[in-house]
Parts: sequence; structure tokens; C-alpha cells
Amino acid sequence: MAEGMSIAPAALPAAPGARRRRNTYWGEVGGKLIRQPGAMLGAAMLAVIVLAAIFAPWIAPFDPNKGSILMRLKPFFFRGHLLGADELGRDMLSRLIWGGRISLAMGVVPVLIAMLIGGALGLTAGFGGKLANTLIMRVMDVFYAFPSVLLAVAIAGAMGGGLIDGMIALTLVFIPPMCRVAESATAQVRNLDFIEAARATGAGGFSIVRHHVIGNVLGPVTVYASSLISVSVLLSAGLSFLGLGVQPPTADWGLMLSTLVPSIYVVPWVCALPGAAIFLTSIAFGLLSSGLRAAMDMRGA
Amino acid sequence: MSAPLLEIADLDVAFHGDGTPVQALSGVSLRLDPGQVLCIIGESGSGKSVTLRAMMRLLPERRARIGGQISFAGRDVLAMTDRQLRAMRGREMAMIFQEPMTALDPVYTIGAQIAETVRRHLGGTQAAARARALDMLERVGVPSAARRLDAYPHELSGGLRQRAMIALALSCGPQLLLADEPTTALDATVQIQVLLLLRRLQAELGMGIVFVTHDLGVAAEIADRVAVMYAGRIVEEGSVAEVLGRPAHPYTAGLLASSVEHVAPGAEIAAIPGAPPDLRALPPGCSFAPRCRHAVAACDATVPPPVRPGPGRMARCFTPLGFAPSGHAVEEHVA
Amino acid sequence: MNSLPEPVADRGGPAQPLLIARDLRKYFPLGGGARVHAVDGVSFSIAKGETLGIVGESGCGKSTLARLLMQLMPRDAGELILDGDPVGGPHGISVAAMRRQVQMVFQDSASSLNPRLPVQDSVAFGPRVHGRSRSAALEVARAALRQVHLDPALIGPRYPHELSGGQKQRVNIARALAIGPRMVVLDEAVSALDKSVQAQVLNLLVQLRRDLDLTYMFISHDLAVVRHISHRVLVMYLGQVMEVGPVAQVFAAPRHPYTRALLASRPSMDPARRTETLAISGDPPNPVDLPPGCRFAPRCPHAEAVCTAANPALAGGADHLAACLIQVPGSGHSQAPGLEAAA
Repeated sequence: MAEGMSIAPAALPAAPGARRRRNTYWGEVGGKLIRQPGAMLGAAMLAVIVLAAIFAPWIAPFDPNKGSILMRLKPFFFRGHLLGADELGRDMLSRLIWGGRISLAMGVVPVLIAMLIGGALGLTAGFGGKLANTLIMRVMDVFYAFPSVLLAVAIAGAMGGGLIDGMIALTLVFIPPMCRVAESATAQVRNLDFIEAARATGAGGFSIVRHHVIGNVLGPVTVYASSLISVSVLLSAGLSFLGLGVQPPTADWGLMLSTLVPSIYVVPWVCALPGAAIFLTSIAFGLLSSGLRAAMDMRGA
Repeated sequence: MSAPLLEIADLDVAFHGDGTPVQALSGVSLRLDPGQVLCIIGESGSGKSVTLRAMMRLLPERRARIGGQISFAGRDVLAMTDRQLRAMRGREMAMIFQEPMTALDPVYTIGAQIAETVRRHLGGTQAAARARALDMLERVGVPSAARRLDAYPHELSGGLRQRAMIALALSCGPQLLLADEPTTALDATVQIQVLLLLRRLQAELGMGIVFVTHDLGVAAEIADRVAVMYAGRIVEEGSVAEVLGRPAHPYTAGLLASSVEHVAPGAEIAAIPGAPPDLRALPPGCSFAPRCRHAVAACDATVPPPVRPGPGRMARCFTPLGFAPSGHAVEEHVA
Repeated sequence: MNSLPEPVADRGGPAQPLLIARDLRKYFPLGGGARVHAVDGVSFSIAKGETLGIVGESGCGKSTLARLLMQLMPRDAGELILDGDPVGGPHGISVAAMRRQVQMVFQDSASSLNPRLPVQDSVAFGPRVHGRSRSAALEVARAALRQVHLDPALIGPRYPHELSGGQKQRVNIARALAIGPRMVVLDEAVSALDKSVQAQVLNLLVQLRRDLDLTYMFISHDLAVVRHISHRVLVMYLGQVMEVGPVAQVFAAPRHPYTRALLASRPSMDPARRTETLAISGDPPNPVDLPPGCRFAPRCPHAEAVCTAANPALAGGADHLAACLIQVPGSGHSQAPGLEAAA
């Protein structure tokens, strides 16, 4: 109940000097994040996936693109192929490890770029006055009118398809929601007393945004972005599945899923592996994202 | 002496969350006779609202560890089942809050909310309940009450909303009204109206009131008895005239001295230095000792036991003002 | 020791009021042509070193008035003159130059300080804006924190949620002082604090006023606090000035029925002499549907037909004025003195 919460902060400063923290805000968030089992589980899963992707050339037991007619669609543990082999007789484990490189890049890069562009647009819309707000937000509304999957497919299709085109398509899809989150966070901060106090000290709009707005908007935007990464992994898999993303024979989880679908009744467990990889990666980002949200809530301290 | 309406003995409340437990109340004992008005005075974090909520068992059961006894009209509140609690709340014991906007349901009209409460506890027809609601609104001085029955909370002004909440609380004729700073958010001219209203209703209906406030002036207007709380303990209790006129505890004296009414304009106010203690790490002795001008060595060692500086009075202090064996003079502001 | 910025030098001399407000107006449009008359023709002046208290209930426009003075919102009409110089306009000083001289302290609330910044950075922000280097601004911030009796080494690096209400409000005051202002607008600056902490902060404000030659505009709904700290007091009701005068005179002999009602509504502090009769009933009306004539007339115990005819101007003796027809000889109000009495 509220009373219980209100006691602690009111009573806390009674012992000045008892605790003295010089941590930065992000240092404190990190400290709280570490104490959350869910977030740490997500981080551990991610660490495994990312390290595997980075060190793919050294840890993958086979060449991901070299297959053998004799090895087509083999089950787990077949002659040294720990996770079996795909429809062209390529080692599944190696392809999963290499595929993580592309899939992670497709998950992270579009979101990061969209965060920069959408965040800047949102800040401008939220703090730049009525005209800027109307212009930016109405344009975003146009993008919003289409379902995100359809939009990604349409853009990637129009551009021709391929790794870079797929990334651009996903970035464009993520900019409007990112902008909307940044705009609403800015609008909330804009009306707080300390912004008014900053204006009263004689500060201009740019310096207020830099010192007082960005820090407070970055939180919600980061949380939202981390939740978008799993969406991005899934969407890019979808693009590859439709032949609009990565092109064969490159290893990519979405593409692997697509090419293995016809064999689902022959070696069901092997065919499910790329899906499981996408699922686990998306879960890991999801866990980290919800942990981050909880850790950033300072008032809960 | 009649049986008390409400009796609290050695009430302890600690909140357990993540981290160190917060000791919100330590050994609170109170007694309220039927038809009496008791004001609990304290600053934020003193535990006055926690005490009030404990009386109605409104504290979060999972986080709050409660010890001690609360008996209301001879029944053990802490042992009541959920069903018994629901029957008691709103019927025999009602509560009003600081912010009626959050205490009233925004999607129902005032009349519907009162009628619903009346029917839940007293039964009867919808028409009878509505008539009762109208009667209550008139009693609390809502002008054009018949029209206001069909108003939603947001359509009323702050003062009317507070009156509507009082009407809702009193609709089932409770024996005890718990009031949590009900006048704090109101404008000065409205605050005094609500205080006078509560005083009149109390006299008419003969109910007991526990009124939580941080404002000594409000207590002077409405209380029969006052209990002063500091860091989860009742440090002083007595009749309102005695406690405000001749405070025994240095904290009460300090509160009185720090109100600006008592000093010449622009002159230095005798403010209490420092800040209240951290409820997660209470000192072993008197919680007020670190800020107290009259503290002696014993104050830091043990919590002072209650002493009786006069008939019907209690103070938890080794050196009660004006009563101490060491002969502390009565503080000059008392005059 | 004191490394706070030097205030802007005096220009107009001691007789020139530090701030003159003339006929300030601010209306907030609502839908359908209605508008809120938040501030409706308010004029006053504040002498150098003086504290002007502004009292009134919610909706009287006192907070809007503070924001108009600080240029945090544009005024619809009226003039502001700071030490002889009009603020804004072709011949006046700029808003930026005014903010160098006038600062504001907000009510302590959850949002009065940036939750993501250590409080010393919040205090240093003003000096940074006014062109100091990062380290110089932090030095000013530390001096400002010392000035409000906070230990800069201990409190400076902390975040707002680690401070008590009283400490946060001291930081808010330090933030205003860090610019080196001549005048500080205090908007309900002690209202949210516990009584014992409120007394500490009031003592601090009085001391700062003396040590730094500050001029205050002190806005509060709390009459006792206003009486304690102010030299003159201005009573507002529904966007207009009802009464203005020296604090002792207004409290001892209020001339406007609204001021009398406000004073009579204070709790008695003496259980033996409780308030028995109400000076005034009902709530303050909202500032959209304004009554004709005097705005207080619908709640005024002395209202007569003439009161609804015209909005009375401030009138009365030399420096103690009230906007009430009873003050105006020959106004037609039965309690007003006759014309010959005035002559």
C-alpha cells in the first residue's frame, strides 16, 4: 500500500552519510538488473548465442555450406552430426551457429537504426511545438495504417530483396512505433516541473532536451527497443522464409526454416531446430527487456 | 466508565518488501470511547495513516506483519474472517479519505454509490435506498441534493465531493468513522466548513471518530483527545486542551513552537533540528532523542516507558516538560 | 567563500521598484468560445528587498501569475517592468536578461527535480546555461548548496529519490540561487513540507533574503506562512486582486469581505474557542462562468444590488487598497461612506 512505500523515502535521509553512492544512473540500473533471475537467465542465453555466432568459424564442426548427397535429412547424432543434417546434407549444428550471425544482425541492426531515427523524430515531435508534432506524427500514422508484416514484405519486395534490403525494410517498419514511444515519453517529461524550472533558469530548447529530456526518454525507448529485437528476428525470418531476405545458400534461421518445411514429416526434430533457435533468442531478449523495465523504475527502490 | 468502542494494545506493524523491513508502528496502544473524537497528529512517515488502516485491516496482508491486539466493540479485528470484515466495513466502521476523487468511483453517480452501499448492508428496495441517499446528501449540506444524486464525482466541486464522500461513509450509520486527513486537500474556506459539518454530524449521530491530521489547528477544532505520533510510536496522549496547552513531550512542544502562528513575523522560528529517523533502522532508545534539546543519557539507551504526567494523560518521555523531577520549566510558548 | 555569481547591478536606484506588473491578463481558451479568466487585470509592484505575499484559494490565478512573471507562458496583455526596464518588446530587456535576475522555486513535488541527474548537476545546469564551464558550474552549484546548508560533498552526488522533502526543497532553492538572482518567485515553496521541516525552510528563506539582499514574491494558500514572511500581501480571488496592503494592516484590519472570510476560516488553535459560525459558505466558483460585477458578490455577506452592476476597482487609503464598493464613498452601497464624508 502507498503508506508503506511512502515511509521509506521520507525516513531514509535521517542517517546522512550512512550510504553514499556515486554511481551513475545506468550503473544503478545495471546493479538492479543483476539481481533479477529472469533477466540474468535471458542474458546468459544471449551470451551463449552471441558468442557462438561470433566464434562460428572456430566452433562450427563442419562447413555450413558443404553438403553431401549421402547425408540428406539425417536425424540427431548421425555420424558425428550432433544435430543431424538438412535437405542438402549440410551439418545442422554448423548452419545454426553460422545462421545466428545473420539472424542476430537482422534482429539488432534495424532496431538500433530505427531507435536513432525514430527517437530523434519523436523528440522533435514531442518538444518542437505543434507544427513539428503534426507533421511528424501524421506521416507516422500513414505507416501505421499497414500491418507491420505486410509493410516489411511490400518494402523488401519493392526493393528486390536480399540482406541489406531486408534490413532497410525492417528499419522502416520500426521507425513509426519507435517515434511514437519517444514522442509520448517526451510529452510526459515536457510537462514536469523540472523542465519548467530549467526554462526558468534561461535555458534554450536544445540544451533542455540534451540535459533533461533525453535521459528521461532514453529509458522507455530502450525498453521498447529491446522488446522489438525479438520481433525483428521473427520478421526477418519471415522475410527470408518468403525469399525476400537472405538468399540461399547463406545460413539464416528463417531461410533454413523455409527450406526445411517440406521435410517436416521425414525428420521433424531437425526441421524444428531453426524455429527453436528463433524462439529461444526472442525469449532471451524478451526476458532481458522486461528485466530492464523493472530495473529502470527508480521509485520502486 | 463505559466499555471502549475501540481498543488497541501493543500494535506492531512492519512492512516486508525487498530489503530491510520498515518498522511502521511499534507498540501503539489507543482507546476510544463511544462518541469520542480522537485526533492522531503526526508528520509524514509517523505511522498515523498506518494505524488508521490497521483498525480496518486495510494493510496489505502479504507485506505487512501485524502484532498486538485491535478490538472493536468487543470483537477481535485481527481474528476476523474476510466475510466478517466485509460486513463490518462500511456498516459499523466507515472511512473517509483525503482525496475523494480517488475514493469515489468515477463511473457511478453519487446516488448510485450511496444506494449500493445501503442495500449491501441494510437490504431494502432500490427506492428506499435512493431515499436514504437523498436524505444523507441533505444531512451533509449538499445544496439541491435531489439534482446532485444523479451527478458523477467529477461534476462536483472539491468541497461537494468531500461532502458526498462523508454522506457515503455515514449512510449505514457506523459507530466509528475513520478520517484520513479529509480536509488537507481543501481550500481554507472549505476546510472549516467540512470540519464544522463533521462536528455537527458527530454530535447528531453520536459516533466515534478517529481523525488523522498533521495540522494542529484542525485538531484544536474537532478533537476531544489527541495522540501525537512520532516514528511509529505514540509519544503523547491526552485531552486536546491539555496536550496543545501544556505539552509534556518535547516533540509536541517542538511542533507547537515550529508553527508560524507563535512567532513575530520574520523572526526565527524555533524549528526542530534534523529529520525523523529511518524506520528501517530505529535507534534503540527514544526515536526523538537525536533531535531533542532535553535528551539525557537514558534516552539513547531504552525506549521510555509511558508515564502519566497528569490524569488521563500519557507521555513516553524520561524528561516530560513541566513535570520532570529535574524541574524543567514549562516552555514559554505554552503561555 | 561565497562563489555564487554576482547579481546584476542595480540600475534604477532604491526608489525604483524592482518589479512592476501592469494589468497582466491571461485567458485559457476552452472549447465553444468559453475561456478561463486565470489572471484578469492584475497590477502590483514589488520594492527592492521587499517580500510580497500572494494569497488565494485554488483557481484564483496565483500560480498562473507566477508563470507569467517568469515568462513561462506568454501573457495576453499587460506590462512587466524590471528595475525600470520593460521586459520584452523593442525597447526592453530580453527575457533571457530578465531570467538572469528573477528566479523561481517550485513546490516540492515528485517532479521538481530531474530524477536522472545527481542534484548537483541539476543545480549546475543554470550556470552552465549562462555560459560557465562544467567545472566552474559545479563549483557554483557547491557554493549554492552550502548556501542552503547542505553539505555539497554528501548531498551533491545523490539522486532526488534519495533525499527527504526538506532536502529536495533546499536543492530547489539552491538551483534558483545558482544564477545569482535579485528576485525569487516562490510558488507554494513550503506548502508540501511537514510542519517541522517547513519551519526550517522558512528560517532559511528569511536568512537568505537578509544575506543576499533578495526580493521575494511568495505565493501560498497558507495565511500564517504568508504573514510570517511577507512585508506586503496581495489577496487574489478569481483572477483579480481583492485587497493589497502591508501585512500587519491587512491581517489586523482587513478591508475586503473576502479577506475577512479567509482570515475567519483559519482554525482557531485553541480548543476552548472553537470556530462556531461560518464566515462564508460554498466553494470558490470556477473561473469560467464569472458573475457580473464584483466577482465575490455571490458569496459575499454584504452584497447588494449595486455590487452586481460593475466590477469595483482597487480603492482606499495610501497603500492599503481593496476592490470593494464599501471602500468607495458615494458608490451606492449602503455601508459605503457618503461623498461629503470623504470631502
